[in-house]
Amino acid sequence: MPTAGLETTERSGARTVASRVAVLTLVLAALWGLWEGYRWLWITTGWGWPFAVDDITLPHLHSIVAQLFKPSRTDGPLLISVLFHSALFTAKEAVVGFAVGASIGFLLGVVISQFRVLQRGFMPYIVASQTIPILAIAPMVVVGLGNMQIYGWTPDPWLRVAVIAAYLTFFPVTVNTIRGLQSADPRAIELMHSYAASRWAVLWKLRVPSAMPYLFSAFKVSATASVVGAIIGEAPSSIPDGLGGAIINFNQYYALAPQSLWATNLIAALLGIGFFLVAVGVERIVVRRAPEHLA
Amino acid sequence: MSDAVVSISGLSKTFAKAGVTALDDISLDVGKREFVSLIGPSGCGKSTLLRIVGDIVEPTTGSVQVNGKPARRARLDGDYGIVFQAPVLYDWRTVAKNIALPLEMLGWDRAKRTARVQEMVDLVDLVGFEGHHPWQLSGGMQQRVSIARAFSFSPALLLMDEPFGALDEMTRERLNLELLRLWLETESTVIFVTHSISEAVFLSTRVAVMSARPGRISAVIPVDLPQPRTALTREEPRFFELVTEVREALHAAGADLA
Repeated sequence: MPTAGLETTERSGARTVASRVAVLTLVLAALWGLWEGYRWLWITTGWGWPFAVDDITLPHLHSIVAQLFKPSRTDGPLLISVLFHSALFTAKEAVVGFAVGASIGFLLGVVISQFRVLQRGFMPYIVASQTIPILAIAPMVVVGLGNMQIYGWTPDPWLRVAVIAAYLTFFPVTVNTIRGLQSADPRAIELMHSYAASRWAVLWKLRVPSAMPYLFSAFKVSATASVVGAIIGEAPSSIPDGLGGAIINFNQYYALAPQSLWATNLIAALLGIGFFLVAVGVERIVVRRAPEHLA
Repeated sequence: MSDAVVSISGLSKTFAKAGVTALDDISLDVGKREFVSLIGPSGCGKSTLLRIVGDIVEPTTGSVQVNGKPARRARLDGDYGIVFQAPVLYDWRTVAKNIALPLEMLGWDRAKRTARVQEMVDLVDLVGFEGHHPWQLSGGMQQRVSIARAFSFSPALLLMDEPFGALDEMTRERLNLELLRLWLETESTVIFVTHSISEAVFLSTRVAVMSARPGRISAVIPVDLPQPRTALTREEPRFFELVTEVREALHAAGADLA
């Protein structure tokens, strides 16, 4: 009986892959149609609202993609290779920022959930921390940490940017950790009590596994937020090596080559999507739960 | 009674907030290797009584002794195996690991755990499903995992709160038989809460009939059907006599039976 079940899942698995590819192709085609249709309509009618459309404000999609395969400057490397290295640099900041932020966020959530008093005392400040515009604190953190000497050691610029990424990462993780730890089945908690389980055992054997779907919802949000944090962290402190630096740079030359900035945005979006997909993939492996409990 | 596993005396429970007296002056002894069912109308406090015995809920007055110890001590010593109406399995654990959960909590080493889990899987007829996750099983199979988990560490006392209440009649009767076999083989002591008269008679050595508001034990009926019981037991005249006796006791206790 198990073999028969396996065969059907494999066959339907192949079918879902095929239908997913079809859906993805359709969505991409529809997006392309919308973009080019909008361009065509606004240019032929000459509509000026919300902005006049021409090759500068809204370049052709294919010209944006084509720009990736042109030299970034005379006799220089291709734009796509420049952006690839920028993306790697930004990814390094984002990965470290995500790891630090998610760890801090999780630990904070565990500590807060264990002590009800802390929830009242701490939560307002944690929420307040997220209402400060990241653009306002990014230069303070990145420049400020650069002027600091910690036992004669100054953090590298990319590490300072990672702090910004961590700052954007931790909050969803904290909130969802608290929610998730409280989501454990009350009867399962009674069961653990009947085994005379310690608070620690209830936490690790029941509450944390119960929280996993919540945690991964947070990780998916935080994974993309960490990329945004890294890009924003680079921008105001003129770190030229990442996508943030590339955005600042191409922004200055927008009137001459708008496709370069659009192409950079495209790569930044792909990086964010990549991070999201990694979180989804890890969730598939780690969270063993009924399919309907997986987002 | 010196050989009593459970000794309940003068127990009552009032829920102060709701102003409800759930249980009033309950006294009951359960001997070793007995199977005692608590039956009564909804709201008679039978589940509350079970939860007090298991030290999940505190009584207002009175005491519960398990193996001569207060209920709290018994709980901390790992004397209870509990089965709820819902299986309450851990989705992220396989069948084998769900059964091993109490053994882990009690600090059994890996080899001993593996051996016992295999034994339990055999006993509840789940061979071949050790590596499955709970959501891949039917409701009846899930409840068998839950029962195996409760019996796995040979607790002094099994507390079952309508474990078959959510299952269909066929599955229910099959699991009744399996439970009886398990109870005989493991020489366990069981307190079993149920809504079903025939289930209570079929399984028990004694049936405690409860009345509602306030919850009291109005009759205790010994069940003298011979062991081991089989599917045919349900067709014996004595079985029907006892079912009638329990039903009349429920009527006398003021239960509204349609």
